[in-house]
Amino acid sequence: MKTGRQVGIIGYGAYVPMYRLKASEINRVWGGFGAPVEEKSVVALDEDTITISVEAAKQAVKRANIDPSEIGAVYVGTESKPYAVKPSGTIVAEVIGATPSVSTADYEFACKAGTEAMQTCIGLVGSGMHKYAMAIGADTAQGRPQDALEYTAACGGAAFIFGERSAETIAYLEASYSFVTDTPDFWRRSKEMYPRHGNRFTGAPAYFKHITGAGKALLEETGYKPEDFKWAVFHQPNAKFPINAAKIMGFSMDQIEPGLVSPRIGNTYAGSTPVGLAATLDVAEPDDKIFVVSYGSGSGSDAFIFTVQDAILEKREGPKMETFIERKEYVDYATYLKNRGQIIK
Amino acid sequence: MRKVKIAGVGLIRVSEYWDKPIQSLFAEASMKSMKDAGVDAVDKVYVSNMGGSLMQDQLNLAAVMADSLGTPGLPATRIEAGSASGGVAFHEAVQAVASGYSDAVMVTGVEKLSDILPEVVTTGLAMAEEQEYTAYTGVTKAGIAAMIHRLYMDLYATPEEVCMMAVKSHEHAVGCKHAQYPFKMSLQRAMSSPMEADPIHMMECSGIGDGAASLILVPADDEGVEVAGTAVSTDYTSIAARQDPLEMKAIKTAADRAYKMAKIKATDIDLAEVQDDFSINGVLGIEGLGLAKPGKGAKLVNSDDVDKEGKIPVNTFGGLKARGNPLGATGIYQLAEIAWQLQGKAGDHQIPDAKIGVAENMGGMASICAVNVLRRADK
Repeated sequence: MKTGRQVGIIGYGAYVPMYRLKASEINRVWGGFGAPVEEKSVVALDEDTITISVEAAKQAVKRANIDPSEIGAVYVGTESKPYAVKPSGTIVAEVIGATPSVSTADYEFACKAGTEAMQTCIGLVGSGMHKYAMAIGADTAQGRPQDALEYTAACGGAAFIFGERSAETIAYLEASYSFVTDTPDFWRRSKEMYPRHGNRFTGAPAYFKHITGAGKALLEETGYKPEDFKWAVFHQPNAKFPINAAKIMGFSMDQIEPGLVSPRIGNTYAGSTPVGLAATLDVAEPDDKIFVVSYGSGSGSDAFIFTVQDAILEKREGPKMETFIERKEYVDYATYLKNRGQIIK
Repeated sequence: MRKVKIAGVGLIRVSEYWDKPIQSLFAEASMKSMKDAGVDAVDKVYVSNMGGSLMQDQLNLAAVMADSLGTPGLPATRIEAGSASGGVAFHEAVQAVASGYSDAVMVTGVEKLSDILPEVVTTGLAMAEEQEYTAYTGVTKAGIAAMIHRLYMDLYATPEEVCMMAVKSHEHAVGCKHAQYPFKMSLQRAMSSPMEADPIHMMECSGIGDGAASLILVPADDEGVEVAGTAVSTDYTSIAARQDPLEMKAIKTAADRAYKMAKIKATDIDLAEVQDDFSINGVLGIEGLGLAKPGKGAKLVNSDDVDKEGKIPVNTFGGLKARGNPLGATGIYQLAEIAWQLQGKAGDHQIPDAKIGVAENMGGMASICAVNVLRRADK
């Protein structure tokens, strides 16, 4: 898919809460032996998806160096909305100064809600409806105690502001593609506290089928080959899946290394691919091409090809993803439960 | 009683078939065996399946599977005997031809497990134990095997010696096109894998897979692969009720009967397939078949004798551990593999001049066991 007029990222920001829970701490409590990631990020008591989104959005606005009132859309992709009914996007838009001439909504598509918001923003700017549009992917993901997801369900997110391609663009979009089927590999019903999943069903017929489906289709459409890209980002629910996806798609470890943050912060769900892209933009150089494929259960993948421009060198001041990842304080299991609101009082 | 031969063999790779229903697996293997036999119809079909009632919520499985063949009117029977379903179904199918009641019988084993939640599969496996006395305690199949494994280690072998059963099966699976896990596994890797049920490591257990295997049985004509002996035996279902928990009497009794029918001794056997769903079970299967004396099974596994070039090659396509263990289909896979060996169609897995092969297929902790002996007919 290509836009009517060329669109690109003019500002981005990311945020990862400072607390960490080690896989070994979960194993200590439950007697397990798993370690799909080394450790995962955990919110503080007063943090949620909205505060994460606000932190990322503020940084994106600062880097974009634009008048926030010109942002015509703020979409928050998440599966951990603090309110069941009441948009997160309104609060974010208000804090950054985008209100009242703005459209906002919260998107839900499991782990790809953030990139789905990106597709929408790309369309709105590409059509000329809005000068700028902001897409955010952020989550404080839920994992049932002792479930396999407890190791990985983490907190964090990233925001991207899209505008028409110009010298101010840090990375312009060459093309995108979306691949969706009705594949129920992971779900959380209304009013349920934790999601359920189909164990191994989440692998081959879900994650890998959709990642490769979207990725290969976009490569075919654009004529690019894996070696044409300096960097690649694949949705990272754990450490293993994105590495295997890269191998299947023909990408190397070097290409995915900067964006592969899940081993150190876990799976930030709707924020997972966005924080991977943010971490990659943190190190990218002008003319680098970045291949991005998200995955959301239910299921679908969005694939994007971005090419970095010179503006990147001047528009990534402030804390990088690495800053957030390294800024950490370990918590024990009880503190983790307290911070996540999982202790019944 | 008429002599019976295997006229056709068909199977699919043991794998994870996310996009196919159980009917498709059944039909695919069945069509292959019919094609191999050169027949376009059979008199009867036996469906061997363990978990369909729980995994697919499907009763009346025989009719549902027969329907997948598109031949209304076909007599069909489902045989369920826990993990021994395949061997027991074969035993029944042989009798249908031997008695003269049927002239061409299909026996197809099928199981679909991979899209079922692991805890449901674990429950299903435990359902092969007596509910009122054993299963209600919450013990798993691995848990029961672990008790036997520990006792065996205390008396006869080191943990590594028992674990070698799994290592050897993986060695034999290399290059096997229908194996789920056709790769080598080192002893160190198996022994350092997490505990499934202490002292059984995860890599000493067969995995979860989908599969279907099919055989066509017809009256023998002094050519091809004959059924030389077939027997089923049962034992006290609880290992606590047995005089010696390490003596798998159902295996031994079935083997004795099958050997007697085949007029052979254990020493006449050229190759064997044993039920190594856990490494200890493979060792006890070898002992039950009389290939090693009680307590000496692990020693035999650690010798060259069970290797492809050895005196008595065991699990020549990888056994349950590496070829895969689609429960109700497993016993048919074992017999299909032996048939290929005796037909000289085993490719890189071929045991030279194999004439007699035996398959041991047990259910529960050997509360039931089928032992079937196949022999190459020499005209």
